[in-house]
Amino acid sequence: MRGMTIIVRKITQLVAPVIFLYGLYIIVHGHLTPGGGFAGGVIMAGAFILPILANGSILPNLRKEEAGLELMESAAILGFLIIAGLGLLFSGSLIFFSNFLHKGILGKLVSAGFIPIENIVVGVEVCAAMTTIFIALTVFSEEVPK
Amino acid sequence: MNSLVPLFVIIPLGSAFLMAIFGRIIKGFNKVLLPLALLFLTYLSIKFLLGAEGTITYQVGGFAPVAGVPIAIYLAVDGLSRLMLTIISLIGFLACFYSISYINIYTAERKYLILFSLMIAGMNGIVISGDIFNIFVFLEIASIASYALVAFGIDRQELEASFKYQVLGGVASLLILFSIGFLYWRTGTLNIADISTQLPYGGIFVKFIAMVFLVGFGLKAAIFPFHSWLPDAHSSAPSPISAMLSGVLIKAVGLYVIFRLFFNMFALSHQIAMIITVLGTLSMVIGGLLAIGQWDIKRLLAYSSISQVGYIILGVGIGMLILSRQGNTAVASLAIIGGIFHLLNHSVFKSLLFLSAGAVEFRTGERNMKKLGGLAEVLPVTSSTSMIASLSISGLPPFNGFFSKLLIIIAAVQAGYYLLALLAVIISIVTIGYFMKMQKFTFFNRSRVFWQDRNIREVPFVMCFSMIILALLCFALSLLMIPSLRDVVLTPAVNVLVEGLKYTNAVLGY
Repeated sequence: MRGMTIIVRKITQLVAPVIFLYGLYIIVHGHLTPGGGFAGGVIMAGAFILPILANGSILPNLRKEEAGLELMESAAILGFLIIAGLGLLFSGSLIFFSNFLHKGILGKLVSAGFIPIENIVVGVEVCAAMTTIFIALTVFSEEVPK
Repeated sequence: MNSLVPLFVIIPLGSAFLMAIFGRIIKGFNKVLLPLALLFLTYLSIKFLLGAEGTITYQVGGFAPVAGVPIAIYLAVDGLSRLMLTIISLIGFLACFYSISYINIYTAERKYLILFSLMIAGMNGIVISGDIFNIFVFLEIASIASYALVAFGIDRQELEASFKYQVLGGVASLLILFSIGFLYWRTGTLNIADISTQLPYGGIFVKFIAMVFLVGFGLKAAIFPFHSWLPDAHSSAPSPISAMLSGVLIKAVGLYVIFRLFFNMFALSHQIAMIITVLGTLSMVIGGLLAIGQWDIKRLLAYSSISQVGYIILGVGIGMLILSRQGNTAVASLAIIGGIFHLLNHSVFKSLLFLSAGAVEFRTGERNMKKLGGLAEVLPVTSSTSMIASLSISGLPPFNGFFSKLLIIIAAVQAGYYLLALLAVIISIVTIGYFMKMQKFTFFNRSRVFWQDRNIREVPFVMCFSMIILALLCFALSLLMIPSLRDVVLTPAVNVLVEGLKYTNAVLGY
């Protein structure tokens, strides 16, 4: 895939970190404000997709990236499942998905038990999945002869 | 035992993602992990089947009901769920064990096993869920995994079949979601037990929702007017997957949910019962007649699935008809026992038939019966297991298929539906016809013995093992006719359906 002009590339360089930060903000405030793991993850994926679109990429690099993202995605889902399963072990009454951590004070960033942690894991998962979909489509269009 | 219920979803999901991570690093990890996980699930489900009684409910997250209104997501495991869990885990384990060798003819072994595991997780989730939206979510997990698995060979034919399956499966999911939306709008709850208390009795609106549900799940179960995707999808998939799709998936995703919703959620109505019975009969007749003309082994088996699913629905539908007009409960439960018993039997012999067809394809690379022949001498195990399954599905004593068909036919006669009984007998004869055709042209036709010269050996032990176990089950399940065994395995499942709306009390504990 060919890259774009220097203007686009420079602007992307400036914008992508801000987008990433905003996605991070949405994810970690998931239990307090609208949004959460999914919305934040999609925004974060934008920060990864934009540079690829602006700078272009070659097929071997895309393939390597795809493999890494797949690993990240699986690890994130596994993390989600493990945290949910820890509830089974630590809640004392063997309950799946029980919120076993201390709930904290309502409205504070560190509160609501394990919900922020699950949100972060979901964010990583969605970000990786969205980027994987984008890269899979790109790889497909690169592979098909014109 | 209560707290072990979520393991049926946690274990297959967890092993899927463990395989995704470690399968890449450690060689052979996947082939060891998944069969072991499924073996454990089989053990657990049999323990549930034999040990547990009544309805086990489990609130995910541990939120207790507030003022009698259930808040948590409910998992409800009753007799019917336990039977389905056993079928899914057992057939899943055998198909997975068979795959260990079979998958060598494909390249992406890791992805295959991951998708297989996800499919199991989806089906287990449907069966243990007591919440209609969760049924939808798990249904999508199972369906999407199966779309990908059908297309696994990525040939032209497989991709076309998968595309057709996806389009029709998508329509089905849309209709199901649509009717779940309606139910939520009308009742304000998603818990099946709670919905049935909130739902007004009768009325055109409830009937409309019921019909949309019936079409949606009918598409998933491939009942007659919605069956067009099944022959393509089930014949194009890799054989162990065909065995899972035909043997288990259409039952867990389609039939189980139809029975659950129409017996336990909607109040029984005569019209709906009549529609279900008529569709079942039509599937039975038309599936059987279409199967006669097939020359592709797996296509023949796929059409036969439509026909046998018709038998299951016929049995349960007759029970529904009798119950809906307050008839004799003993006859109704006999009919439903016949249906549920046939569901169990069909999952065993249809999986076996697909695995045998897979063994033939594995060694010869050929599925067209016109080109096969004389394989009985070179593939003795495959040939004999396939013969047992064929006799069993055609309803010959002493195999299990005979007894379940007998129960359905006796119940139909006792209930006064002589035409249905006659059709069931005629289609049973047709079934013998097309299975003998398959046996003759694949295994016995001595005029074409050239396969013997091509140095074909019996399939590896791993594949034989699964087929032999299933063949033994074809004999062993006949024992369920003994009342004391039947009371342990089948009667709890049937009672759940016969008791109808008492499901609500059992789940919510009123």
